[in-house]
Amino acid sequence: MTMHSNAAPSPAAPILEVSHLGVAYGNDARKVQVVHDVSLAVSPGEALGIVGESGCGKSQTMLAVLRLLPRGGRVSGGAVRFDGRDVLALSARDVRGIRGHGLALISQDALTALNPAMTIGTQMAEPLIHYDGVSGAQARKRCAELLDLVGIPGATSRLGSYPHELSGGMRQRALIAMAISANPKVLIADEPTTALDVTTQAQILQLIDRLRRDLGMALILITHDLGVVAGVTDRVAVMYAGRVVETATTEDLFASPRHPYTKALLDSTARIEGQVSDRLSPIPGLPPDPRSPVSGCAFHPRCSYVRDVCHQDLPQLVDGIAGGEHPVRCFVDPFVTAPARRAGEAAR
Amino acid sequence: MSTPAIRLKDVSIRFPIRKGVLRRVVGEVRAVDSISFDINEGETVGLVGESGSGKSTTGRGLLGLSHLSGGTVECFGQDLAALKRDRGALPRISQLVFQDPYASLNPRMTIGETLGEVLHVHRLVPPAEIGARVAKLLDDVGLRRETAERHPHALSGGQRQRVAIARALAIEPKFIVLDEVVSALDVSIQGQIVNLLQDLQRQRNLTYLFITHDLSIVRHVSHSIVVLYGGQIMEMGPRDSLFAQPLHPYTSALLSAVPVPDPRIERARARLEVRSEPPDPSAPLPGCRFQRSCAFAISRCQIERPVLRPIGSHDSRHVAACHRMDEPLVREALSRASHGALS
Repeated sequence: MTMHSNAAPSPAAPILEVSHLGVAYGNDARKVQVVHDVSLAVSPGEALGIVGESGCGKSQTMLAVLRLLPRGGRVSGGAVRFDGRDVLALSARDVRGIRGHGLALISQDALTALNPAMTIGTQMAEPLIHYDGVSGAQARKRCAELLDLVGIPGATSRLGSYPHELSGGMRQRALIAMAISANPKVLIADEPTTALDVTTQAQILQLIDRLRRDLGMALILITHDLGVVAGVTDRVAVMYAGRVVETATTEDLFASPRHPYTKALLDSTARIEGQVSDRLSPIPGLPPDPRSPVSGCAFHPRCSYVRDVCHQDLPQLVDGIAGGEHPVRCFVDPFVTAPARRAGEAAR
Repeated sequence: MSTPAIRLKDVSIRFPIRKGVLRRVVGEVRAVDSISFDINEGETVGLVGESGSGKSTTGRGLLGLSHLSGGTVECFGQDLAALKRDRGALPRISQLVFQDPYASLNPRMTIGETLGEVLHVHRLVPPAEIGARVAKLLDDVGLRRETAERHPHALSGGQRQRVAIARALAIEPKFIVLDEVVSALDVSIQGQIVNLLQDLQRQRNLTYLFITHDLSIVRHVSHSIVVLYGGQIMEMGPRDSLFAQPLHPYTSALLSAVPVPDPRIERARARLEVRSEPPDPSAPLPGCRFQRSCAFAISRCQIERPVLRPIGSHDSRHVAACHRMDEPLVREALSRASHGALS
């Protein structure tokens, strides 16, 4: 079975649109900017991947969209529009209405996301009874249907199980069932398979992909794993140090990565297929600490294509030489320019 | 080939299940069930399997940290049980590096103190020379000497993992168990640590047991691979042979599940599904451990435990435990699932 249709980028208006979003922590005297000028859009039924390493701002962006930033964090600029509404201007009450019905979140760790002292059935039914006003019996029936839909065998009997009685894969399925229970328009999955074994991961990704198609949801999949986005997304945004550095259709991104970071990330990954290389090609150095931002392009200290201009000036996210829907935040194009220096040895 | 550096023979590790006020033993968990394999000197064996397969327990058993319920381990020609009786002998031969160096480094000690303590406890160098040796160790793992003054929290994950490797190297062991050492690191950093480990191995003729769930990394670092499922070996063999032609349905399922960073491959692949949850190690079924999850299971698989054997004219070092692996139809299905679009 495959996990993809050859859906062309949908011409429909975006259901969720993030424009020039910034997220900062701390006060003005000691401000730490973790997300800079991030713009993203996803159309109904479309699957967008957000890829980046820890600390790149991918989760912070989505927490801001859901108005779930932890204490101390705030939106420092930009706008979030969902289904024509300005999410950042909504009252707390209206935001609760959007969460679940509009935007639903699946997090990495199902064990902490689920209440250990409540059965699966009780915690699934709670929002249905509370927000949708359905009766207990109806809610129970609906929950069993949902568990069945996400492939939990013996759904009715599982309603009485506590989270610890389920395996990791089954817990993640239950979490997905809860996320889709209010028919969201956008499903946001933040590293949904990172804690799972590889065979379970394949099943969960397949499930998310199937539900997206069957229910016509848009999907935003946040992950550090390039292999995961390759299978289930239509478009990908690559983030580094709080900024989007490249967006493209999934095919284009993997066939011709245009940002040196994307290219280096693909080159550094150990492969299950092809020739075994003698050495891996890691990216030298470390990602920058947002508390001490780097001047110019944040990737310049680790970049093998670096030029003088990269030290002082911040490149804008613009369509590259190739044109089309493939904007890149870089002064050079690794497909036309040779590296200025060899990718270094492991930096110290 | 001379005798291997590490030889496991029928190693079993079981844990009692206790219940009630009297803590009576009511059963046992067979975490590792009669496994045998060798590691040649200067080589890496990759031990792969999913959570609960017994891979970490095997590693701990090799270091004398888990009691062997059965079988023997030979460590550079010496019996593990004898080495354990001689206090301090085993750590001088074999060392362990964990997944999470943040948890295994003392947060209140500087890196210099942590490394110095090891040198002091094992009386490896005279006290006056400890500072110089610490500097040399930091050099060896690619850290600046100033790192000695810093605390673990001030280092990145990759730097902490380098410190953990330096601490293992301090004792100049011949054998290191590497338990998920790059799993917690970002992809761009993983390669730095893997390259370091490979350089150290070549320079010092180190022997590694590389425990991981990541098949891409294991393919890169290992000379040979052992695949565990439910505490038993499903398949093992030289790296290239095992990846080119997996014999066991479980190995094929694992390979077919690894996401490949290439949408053309990823969308064309046929996945071999694993049908159910891993077996309960406290109530093992007769027959094959993989029977409930296997797409090819027949009634024989529920009765008779398959033994490890090679197939046909294939490399005799490459063995698997499956009743049906020689059947042409099964072979064809496995090869399609694990490779199909890959090759």
